[in-house]
Amino acid sequence: MEQVTYTKDMFKKAPKDSRNAEQIKRPTIKYWADVWRRLKLNKLAMVGLIILILMGIMSLIGPGLSGHNYYEQDYSQVNVRPNNEFWFGTDELGRDLFSRVWLGTRYSLLIGIAAALIDFGIGVIYGGIAGMASRKVDAVMMRIAEVVYSIPYMLVVVLISVVFSTAGSGTSMFVLILAMTITGWVPMANLVRGQVLQLKESEYSLASESLGATSGWILKKHIIPNTLGPILVNVTLTIPRAIFSEATLSFMGLGLQPPSPSLGTLANDGLAVMPIGLFYQILIPSIFISLIMFSFNVLGDGLRDALDPRLRK
Amino acid sequence: MTKYILKRFTMAIVTIWAIITITFFLMHSVPGNPFATESRKIPENIMENLMKKYGLDKPKSEQYMMYLKNIARFDFGESMKSNTETVNEMIARGFPVSAHLGVQAILIALILGPALGAIAALYQNKTPDYISMIISIIGVSVPSFVMGSFLIQFVARNVDWLPIGGWGEFRHTILPSFALAMMPLAQFARLMRSSMLEVLNQDYIKTAKSKGITRTAVIMKHAVRNAILPIVSMLGTTISNLVAGSFVIEKIFGIPGLGMFFTTSVFNRDYTLIMGVTVFYAMVLITMMLLVDIAYMLIDPRIRLTKEGR
Repeated sequence: MEQVTYTKDMFKKAPKDSRNAEQIKRPTIKYWADVWRRLKLNKLAMVGLIILILMGIMSLIGPGLSGHNYYEQDYSQVNVRPNNEFWFGTDELGRDLFSRVWLGTRYSLLIGIAAALIDFGIGVIYGGIAGMASRKVDAVMMRIAEVVYSIPYMLVVVLISVVFSTAGSGTSMFVLILAMTITGWVPMANLVRGQVLQLKESEYSLASESLGATSGWILKKHIIPNTLGPILVNVTLTIPRAIFSEATLSFMGLGLQPPSPSLGTLANDGLAVMPIGLFYQILIPSIFISLIMFSFNVLGDGLRDALDPRLRK
Repeated sequence: MTKYILKRFTMAIVTIWAIITITFFLMHSVPGNPFATESRKIPENIMENLMKKYGLDKPKSEQYMMYLKNIARFDFGESMKSNTETVNEMIARGFPVSAHLGVQAILIALILGPALGAIAALYQNKTPDYISMIISIIGVSVPSFVMGSFLIQFVARNVDWLPIGGWGEFRHTILPSFALAMMPLAQFARLMRSSMLEVLNQDYIKTAKSKGITRTAVIMKHAVRNAILPIVSMLGTTISNLVAGSFVIEKIFGIPGLGMFFTTSVFNRDYTLIMGVTVFYAMVLITMMLLVDIAYMLIDPRIRLTKEGR
């Protein structure tokens, strides 16, 4: 066997700086990037997201595309079925349904998103305070929330709309949103409070507190960022509920003030002409409502799974 | 346990009182005169008599006390628009119809929903799972009024035996019950699927299997019984949602239920009827939620223990 002779120049000095050994070569994946990565794998949720983005864009540009506006009445073109000129047909008053449906989508989405955001705002503040406050304050606040929440949602919504709308002329968007948020914030507050109570006990909150942070600081810097996930899921699932409630209100004659359409009022108008065989007038807004609800629901479910991989089955 | 029930009962009373108060003051804050109509002017002396009849000439606080007293005797007063019926009579006429529809819908949802969810869980990621999840995703996405009008268009119009609307025979109830049941059915199926999957991974299921019991017995006696608990806890909210759905469904199918009265009263601005029906609904719903809570406690011994331990 041949003997290998090791000479000094065959060796290289190892770098003295051992800090580099600990260095992570690849960039770290941030929390939200990781969520997004997992969400992208969920086909159904992505379908929902794409539908929602398309609907959002179309609700902005759609009403202008057909060349007819949403309020102009043309009595020579009443109840026209979908054709080349009127893509979704016209209604009883000869108004172009294509622009009405997209405008209705815009209003329905606006109502849903606004209601969800207000619920979010009130819920985070109320739940945050209840969670950070002393036991007694917390108990009182939660009792109040409990009473508010056991008031049946739809009854309050109807009541508020009745009081703040003038008979026969519909409800303003402001009143609709008010009606939906007046008891709608409670689930969010409960969620936030539960999370806060849990996270308050965590080591990093304790560390922050021992370094002299105020409870407001801990809430802002540690607790709220960590509760954002479940909150986001809740917001996503609140939007379809608000859209659904608005549609139900429209069916009771408490929908948006005409001539402004919402998907609910359009479906309600469509119901009136269904017996005379004009099914397309209820079909189109119904499909739109269902698609929006479907998209938000699958997106919400997808987000929940993406935020918490343990839940995925 | 008695303490817990007592506490929940007090809460329910407080809530009902809160609703009565809110409803009263909201309805009395409506601007304008409840008797005024666009078409005709009411002479002053008649107006005075009307105000007297409904006690509107008295101060608000006195009216409020009167209203509370009347409600305590379950007297909801007289309708402002109908001369023939009091609010009580209308509730007595409409509620049984709505209750019939609601009970039927809940039963459909309670039987089919958990079954669908259980099947999905047992065949996880196989065809039955996908089919039942598609059904349930459609169920939660399609609002009941859409479901109702679709059922009329595609089923009632083609099947002679099933009427488009109306009320009276059993066949009148089938389509509206299904339209109403779809949403809770789908929610139950989704909930059942996830809780069933969780239960199936538990140790006691393994124990039961290893004891050599048949698969059916394991599923029925051990898995389903435990997995169904979350659904019971959801029943209260579901009933409340059903009421909201019934407003619409009764209108679409022309069913003379309480929901229809409510919708018409809202449309006519019949304030006493709106108040009466709102308070009545609230009472019914809150009683239901209370019963569901108590039932849940009786079913699930774990809750009973923790509640007592507190």
